[in-house]
Amino acid sequence: MDPGSASSPPPSQPHARGAMAAAATAGSSPGSGPGDSPEGPEAEAPERRRKAHGMLKLYYGLSEGEAAGHPAGPDPLDPTDLNGAHFDPEVYLDKLRRECPLAQLMDSETDMVRQIRALDSDMQTLVYENYNKFISATDTIRKMKNDFRKMEDEMDRLATNMAVITDFSARISATLQDRHERITKLAGVHALLRKLQFLFELPSRLTKCVELGAYGQAVRYQGRAQAVLQQYQHLPSFRAIQDDCQVITARLAQQLRQRFREGGSGAPEQAECVELLLALGEPAEELCEEFLAHARGRLEEELRSLEAELGPSPPAPDVLEFTDHGGSGFVGGLCQVAAAYQELFAAQGPAGAEKLATFARELGSRYFALVERRLAQEQGGGDNSLLVRALDRFHRRLRAPGALLAAAGLADAATEIVERVARERLGHHLQGLRAAFLGCLTDVRQALAAPRVAGKEGPGLAELLANVASSILSHIKASLAAVHLFTAKEVSFSNKPYFRGEFCSQGVREGLIVGFIRSMCQTAQSFCDSPGEKGGATPPALLLLLSRLCLDYETATISYVLTLTDEQFLVQDQSPVTPVSTLCAEARETARRLLTHYVKVQGLVISQMLRKSVETRDWLSTLEPRNVRAVMKRVVEDTTAIDVQVGLLYEEGVRKAQSSDSSKRTFSVYSSSRQQGRYAPSYTPSAPMDTNLLSNIQKLFSERIDVFSPVEFNKVSVLTGIIKISLKTLLECVRLRTFGRFGLQQVQVDCHFLQLYLWRFVADEELVHLLLDEVVASAALRCPDPVPMEPSVVEVICERG
Amino acid sequence: KVLGLEARALTPQTAETDAIRFLVGTQSLKYDNQIHIIDFDDENNIINKNVLLHQAGEIWHISASPADKGVLATCYSRTSDSKVLTCAAVWRMPKELESGSHESPDDSSSTAQTLELLCHLDNTAHGNMACVVWEPMGDGKKIISLADNHILLWDLQESSSQAVLASSASLEGKGQLRFTSGRWSPHHNCTQVATASDTTLRGWDTRSMSQIYCIENAHGQLVRDLDFNPNKQYYLASCGDDCKVKFWDTRNVTEPVKTLEEHSHWVWNVRYNHSHDQLVLTGSSDSRVILSNMVSISSEPFGHLVDDDDISDQEDHRSEEKSKEPLQDNVIATYEEHEDSVYAVDWSSADPWLFASLSYDGRLVINRVPRALKYHILL
Repeated sequence: MDPGSASSPPPSQPHARGAMAAAATAGSSPGSGPGDSPEGPEAEAPERRRKAHGMLKLYYGLSEGEAAGHPAGPDPLDPTDLNGAHFDPEVYLDKLRRECPLAQLMDSETDMVRQIRALDSDMQTLVYENYNKFISATDTIRKMKNDFRKMEDEMDRLATNMAVITDFSARISATLQDRHERITKLAGVHALLRKLQFLFELPSRLTKCVELGAYGQAVRYQGRAQAVLQQYQHLPSFRAIQDDCQVITARLAQQLRQRFREGGSGAPEQAECVELLLALGEPAEELCEEFLAHARGRLEEELRSLEAELGPSPPAPDVLEFTDHGGSGFVGGLCQVAAAYQELFAAQGPAGAEKLATFARELGSRYFALVERRLAQEQGGGDNSLLVRALDRFHRRLRAPGALLAAAGLADAATEIVERVARERLGHHLQGLRAAFLGCLTDVRQALAAPRVAGKEGPGLAELLANVASSILSHIKASLAAVHLFTAKEVSFSNKPYFRGEFCSQGVREGLIVGFIRSMCQTAQSFCDSPGEKGGATPPALLLLLSRLCLDYETATISYVLTLTDEQFLVQDQSPVTPVSTLCAEARETARRLLTHYVKVQGLVISQMLRKSVETRDWLSTLEPRNVRAVMKRVVEDTTAIDVQVGLLYEEGVRKAQSSDSSKRTFSVYSSSRQQGRYAPSYTPSAPMDTNLLSNIQKLFSERIDVFSPVEFNKVSVLTGIIKISLKTLLECVRLRTFGRFGLQQVQVDCHFLQLYLWRFVADEELVHLLLDEVVASAALRCPDPVPMEPSVVEVICERG
Repeated sequence: KVLGLEARALTPQTAETDAIRFLVGTQSLKYDNQIHIIDFDDENNIINKNVLLHQAGEIWHISASPADKGVLATCYSRTSDSKVLTCAAVWRMPKELESGSHESPDDSSSTAQTLELLCHLDNTAHGNMACVVWEPMGDGKKIISLADNHILLWDLQESSSQAVLASSASLEGKGQLRFTSGRWSPHHNCTQVATASDTTLRGWDTRSMSQIYCIENAHGQLVRDLDFNPNKQYYLASCGDDCKVKFWDTRNVTEPVKTLEEHSHWVWNVRYNHSHDQLVLTGSSDSRVILSNMVSISSEPFGHLVDDDDISDQEDHRSEEKSKEPLQDNVIATYEEHEDSVYAVDWSSADPWLFASLSYDGRLVINRVPRALKYHILL
């Protein structure tokens, strides 16, 4: 074994693998690899073999040493490669000799020698080590050879035995063949006979079943026999049976129908009947009709009983009970019918479903009509919670059939009813609130009328106001609470979009609360408009009270109530709502109009008094004044009463500062002297212009007085308005009369008296001065003989009176 | 224009159609009362004044004859024996003053001429005269006068020198009923007269002297004055102590057609413009005069109509002028020149765009309708 041959066939393993990979990819091998194979998949096998070779080589300790020793020449064709397959010693030596210097040659020579030696020794150890193994292997092989010979004999014997067994077996089966066939035939006959027997017995069995009422059983038998009979009906005997069967079946069907029609049994039994009839092949269409007709009969019965409950004369049971009955009776029945129908006539397809839907719609609408009638009866009642609960049940019950037959739209209709009822409820509450408000007003009227009779002048205005305000507020709250039930979480319809959105914002907030406040304002304003014309059908105190009430609403109550509403009803709807400010403005406007009207009414009362007093008196022929006229005292009294009345509800308000420091006395002296000054020139007939000039100049410097001007919300402003109206009336009336000397003096006295008492009520006392001065001046003009009274005398008379 | 005396009575010289002339009666207890004839020269803006003495007493009401420029009637009060009695008389003014002043105004103060008494309306049996109205279209022969609770129709005979009581009617009722004012309707062949008493408006037929309609509680308080729409025969305006001016359709007496509430005190006078009935003038004791444009209830709700008389034409015009936006009722102007209560306002009979107002302090103010509005109405 020289190292060259040993190493030459297997080149180093990585090398070979690389070559193989190259061969595989190239497609055609250059024939360099030892186990070359052209195809990719087969390349695996030689490779594995090569691996095995590698193992062997490892085993012989060859490749590693050699591989390491040789320079890794990549080219296998290189003849100079010591480990290469084409190693050519001549070329190699040639090359060495040609290329290498002497020293290297020497080196490689010694190296070579050393390698050869090492290889030799290795070889020897290998031989020695493996000798024993060879020997034992030879022994084993020999033994195996013996054993196999023995086994062969036994196998031969086994083969013969098996042949015998096969033979026997074949014979046995041949023998049994005949019997087996007969048995099979017999079994077949037996089964046939059983069937025949069943057929022959069928009529009697059916009869029995029918007699016993086991319709289900009968139908099943019939079903089983039907096909066979159908097939063999050309045989007379079968025909007979079939005829029998048909007769019985017909009877059966008859009976079933009978039962079905009697309708005494409940829906499930009917459903069973129908199911059986269907199995008997009765026409589904007709059955379907009939089924629905029966169901209708039953449901109509329910409806009739409901209607009876509804009955016109006897007090209907409470609405909760009613809806319960309706729910369990009618709606339950409808549910059952629908379920059964869908189960039975599923095969009918959309037409059948449509039929059911119409059926449900028709009956449902009748039911709804009944419910609505009942609910309408409930509208008048006040108990919201009961109604809401009833509606809840009603709605909840209808959700089941609603899901079952969506096409009939029962749930929608139910929701609609509930919504309608809710809306009506809102309307009802609005009515209630209005009625409450009017009731309050009536109470106030009575309360105002009563103490006047008793002689106590309006002591309770403030309390009355408080009462009215609180009672209205509590009514509003009660209504809100009642309406709030509709949106309670546990009520089944509260999550419908209507109740979440529109009901809250449009219904409750706008319709109920805003509507009520508006109508309140309108009611209040109506007091200003129509009846006032006819002369105070409304007590003035009521006007005052309403005005204050509206003002209070403007300042606080409206925003409070609306906030309360918004909180309770969590308005989610984004639809526009009336802002608080608008309502407040309305309320303020109402308050202002009411107060202005109050001023007008009271002013009218006083000015009528003054007008009558001026118009009815004969001023030319009066006596010298001794007293202040009673009318003037009355005017002052009334003004004081009004002052007290207004003071109960409205704040004092501001006056012009000058009033506080002007005492009565100085004021009266001042004004008297001024009066004197004003009509003094009219003594001299030569100077007619002076009077006019003087008064005109004075007027130029005084502000124009707006008599019926709008008032502010305070006592002084109200009183000022009333006094202005009264005094202006006095002025105009005086101008229409002609006065004698004493008539003028009487006017003088009266005006002075008024001046004494009226200044304290008004915002600007200058106003009273001006108007009264003008009255006296006008009276002087209307007097052919104007001789005024001494101011001191006037004062004395006034103080006495 | 200041007259220098208190005055309440004002009337245009109705028969005069060329010159703008007003008659004003003064009211004074101490001096001789006068009738001032005010001429307004439109082109030069000059006012001429002639004074006639009216010595009978202070003048409460004055009205000029529609037929004769020189004839007028007054209601005046006379004080005698500590009694005041209001009488009425028909007067004729001197010929040379009939058609305007040709003499210098300076003379009038020195040599005031006197009215010639034509006849006396005898009212001794009937009480105080409140006002006198002439038949608007007639020949100046018929006069209605209101005295306390009587309505009296007089026939003037023999060139107005004699007044014969033709017929009368009286108001019966509890309390002291007294007429405050009355107007003669220009429609229905001048057979209707409307009167105001207390809060009630009444219409009378002058042929039978019977009541034809009655508007109870027309105003909350006393009704001071009324006027007929010159172009719409059933329309009538009234004013009163409730500061309101109301417009009525006499066929429906339950509701006013329209209510104005612009004044802040009693409204003493209301007058329709004679040719453009959307213009309504009111005077009040809040010393304001208000000119309102009541287009919506006028005879020309859609602007000027070519043919005012033809009512059937109105339908056509309506459709034609639909494009025109209907005008809004509004207050055109508020005149605040007066310092005292305005007791009388009236339109000029010659120039439909001119009006006068008179306040108690004797100031007469002549105003024009704003030019813009005038052109708006005309064009």
